[in-house]
Amino acid sequence: MRWAVIQFPGSNCDQDVFHVLKNVLGQEVDYIWHKDTSLNGADAIVLPGGFSYGDYLRCGAIARFSPIMPAVKEAAAAGGTVLGICNGFQILCEAGLLPGVLVRNTSLHFRCETIPVRVEHPLSRFTSEYLTGRVLRLPIAHGEGHYVADDATLDALFRHRQVLFTYSDLQGRSTPEANPNGSQRHIAGITNRAGNVLGLMPHPERASEKILGSDDGLGLFASILLSMKG
Amino acid sequence: MIRAQVIVRPRKSIFDPQGDAVCRAIRHLGVSAVKEAHVGKCIELELEGDDIGAARAQLETICRDLLSNPVIEDYVLTLQPGDGK
Repeated sequence: MRWAVIQFPGSNCDQDVFHVLKNVLGQEVDYIWHKDTSLNGADAIVLPGGFSYGDYLRCGAIARFSPIMPAVKEAAAAGGTVLGICNGFQILCEAGLLPGVLVRNTSLHFRCETIPVRVEHPLSRFTSEYLTGRVLRLPIAHGEGHYVADDATLDALFRHRQVLFTYSDLQGRSTPEANPNGSQRHIAGITNRAGNVLGLMPHPERASEKILGSDDGLGLFASILLSMKG
Repeated sequence: MIRAQVIVRPRKSIFDPQGDAVCRAIRHLGVSAVKEAHVGKCIELELEGDDIGAARAQLETICRDLLSNPVIEDYVLTLQPGDGK
């Protein structure tokens, strides 16, 4: 299968994602510059982490108007797999491909550490390789990861099983101390209603090789591969 | 020419960590009468032309789509004739 990794000015996790897809998973991968308008026939699209456009105005607010974004929206509407990691999640929210928005961490601190993240369920193309309630060790690195939406939206996200990842302690409990950014209802990653667009703040691509301390993130990419074969 | 000012501020229902930190700092400095602070943005624009109605129509779209995110922010747009300086 063929992957596209979008590069915005200020993206800085694009090469990490490319490396995992190409060298760890043996996939065909293209970098796609944000000024391009074609995804080169990609089956799956990754919007990587970073600080697109310097996070000016709001994180992702300017990137959503990039020339490549109509093609991303078209692919999403057609059921294609779209994965937004960190800044990519912020861009997907600003672009309206995911509900809600990510705001400044409640602590005001930029949090850069490996933390426990609980898998809510395996019934998605992004989590089929995991078990319900499994606690992953994934790195986060963000100043604006506090997920905000109105109560009706939050209720709907849980009701329709769109919440795939939440912050927890190592035992899988959603304690206030385990929430690194004040995210509403401990949300770390959500999909759209159709389940083909995922945004998450933790970085699975930084936890996809044992030598880096954790390969808990590899299951996310492996799940996508499995869904494409099925 | 026309001068426009856009004030973008966090919606009341959204917790504003920056505002909270500013409020605490002010109170720490002894001004305990301050009970709330909200931190937003002020964006100033200069436009060609003198049709304020047309400029407002164009800028309302920009305010909604780019300068603010209605999920978390409100904005106030004001326009006035500029002096061309």
